[in-house]
Amino acid sequence: MNASTKLAIEEGVLPTLTALLVALVAGDLLILSYGQAPGEVWRLMLSGTWGNAYGIGQVLYKATTLVFTGLSVAIGLRAGLFNIGAESQLAAGGFCAGALGLLLPAGVTPWLAIPVCLLAAMIGGALVGFVPGVLRARFGAHEVIATIMLNFIVLAFLNWSISATGLAVPETLHTPAVQSSAIPRLAAYLPIFHGSAANATILIALLTVVVVWWLLFRSRFGYELRAVGLQPLAAESGGIRVPRIWTTAMILAGAVAGLGGANFVLGYKNYFEDGFSGGAGFLGIAVALVGRNNPFGVLLAALFFATLSQGGLAIHALVPKQMVEVLEGIVILAVAVSVPEVRRLLRARPAKSAAAVAVKA
Amino acid sequence: MKVTLLLMLQTLRIAVPYLFAASGGVLAERAGIVSLTLEGFMLSGAFCATLGSFYFNSPWAGLVIGMLGGAVFGALHAVATIRFKADQIVSAVAINLMVVGLTRFFLRLAFDSSSNSPRVAGFGSDGSAGLLSTFANPLVWLGIIVMPVLAWVISRTRFGLRVRAVGEKPEAAATLGVSVDRIRYGAVIASGALAALGGVYLALDQHQFTDQMTAGRGFIALAAVIFGRWTPVRAGIACLLFAFAEAVQIQVQGAGVLPSQFVSMIPYVLTLVALAGVVGRAVPPAALGRAEG
Repeated sequence: MNASTKLAIEEGVLPTLTALLVALVAGDLLILSYGQAPGEVWRLMLSGTWGNAYGIGQVLYKATTLVFTGLSVAIGLRAGLFNIGAESQLAAGGFCAGALGLLLPAGVTPWLAIPVCLLAAMIGGALVGFVPGVLRARFGAHEVIATIMLNFIVLAFLNWSISATGLAVPETLHTPAVQSSAIPRLAAYLPIFHGSAANATILIALLTVVVVWWLLFRSRFGYELRAVGLQPLAAESGGIRVPRIWTTAMILAGAVAGLGGANFVLGYKNYFEDGFSGGAGFLGIAVALVGRNNPFGVLLAALFFATLSQGGLAIHALVPKQMVEVLEGIVILAVAVSVPEVRRLLRARPAKSAAAVAVKA
Repeated sequence: MKVTLLLMLQTLRIAVPYLFAASGGVLAERAGIVSLTLEGFMLSGAFCATLGSFYFNSPWAGLVIGMLGGAVFGALHAVATIRFKADQIVSAVAINLMVVGLTRFFLRLAFDSSSNSPRVAGFGSDGSAGLLSTFANPLVWLGIIVMPVLAWVISRTRFGLRVRAVGEKPEAAATLGVSVDRIRYGAVIASGALAALGGVYLALDQHQFTDQMTAGRGFIALAAVIFGRWTPVRAGIACLLFAFAEAVQIQVQGAGVLPSQFVSMIPYVLTLVALAGVVGRAVPPAALGRAEG
């Protein structure tokens, strides 16, 4: 292994390890403040998630949505754009999938209904991603503010469309269930997962990971996207049309987040419900960050954060499940702090030893 | 006449938390540090104020402890972004998430509830006893003057001049012997305490803490900062404008003029329009979001 590969691996792994360590210590303190034994709580968290098939199924289900939102944020960041809008892109995708399912004639084959609904989910998310993309490309409006504002606008609009238009089942905030576009549960093939929400959307998630990886690292578009993300001015001088990349990147990010809506709407409940996104879009920021904007890293990070959030339910009898929200925040902050710090320390090291050699000579 | 007065008082009551949070936002962003943290600062202020008021049975203790709570998270944001040069947006996202979790966790620990605290001592009445009691709340008076005072601080004092310098041209400020980091620490910590006052107002006005009681107000305040183009007086006017829209919405509720969801979009749509430069371009401080300097 040459020195630069070693440096790259250390820069990639050390911040995550630091963050986990900090989260572990902070978790211990929170557990102790609640008068419980840390060891017992952590064990319970593990056994309630990876210790039985139901727990594993729930982790996989939660990880599926996070893969999509994490990829969405990662695509944006690779293009130098901070997509805080995955939450509303996810919700819009779910809404379009659910609404289109209602429009399809009854008895239509799932082989047609599912792809059409998936396409609707992508279009819904892409539309929401397009707005901040074009605002940035055409008017220079900062995408962070634009996506945050759009989150509120889109979520309010979806709330209105479900509550004021007669789309919802009376007395609820969800549409009627549609069976024709239902993505099968994993339990249908593997009975051991019985009762868990894990469904075949996870296969779409895995496929999306590979496709996004290929797009980012093996296609011309991905090369241009990453060039823009690293140095927009240099990319522009190199003949890349930066505004177009920004718009396309946000459309793609929105489409991927929107596709995530399928997990709940097509795979789990078979209907759209107001507020189903439940913060998974925001957690996508954490997933992308810990996964270091690499699609396969995003996959691992999604499993990690899904384990945390399912683990919160497992420990609730001993310690409030809100502990994991604190830990999520701490992991994000610790990674954000240690990425530049680790880089500085590692880069300072070779320089120092070179200086030492020079002095000896 | 009575309706107009009612509307004005209602607007003021709604605007006070925005005014505090937006003043914190203006201060931090003018120093070059991104203020996506306002929501978290407010929520921590609301929770700490409730704790303070509960344990000392005095709203004034609540006020002080609430501001301290906001200042602590301001300091955390400052250390992460200034000392460690963490991405300011990521740090803000983390802090907002952390504060929601911490308030819920300690709500269980302190009051054994997942939704709200018991009733604590607050300012004025519950709000049910007539709108004129609005003025019995000292925080309302403070809210009215906070933006004019901030305008004076930023445009007329040495500290304000330095805040503007480190937010626009940190390198130039450093050359002139201004400690960029020190000014930024001061601005962000003060921003935490100021924004926390918005949460303190909410908690002490309602005499209790409820889970996620700030309900996105920190982001409306941020919208006001941008819509007001980072100047205190304009941001203050934007706060009043957004609050007015909500007050009108409450007044005409049920009249079917416009669905409430559309009224709630107004601040965000206006901000998007302002960002896109349709009516005069919103240009942020030059060094906003940049860690170096």
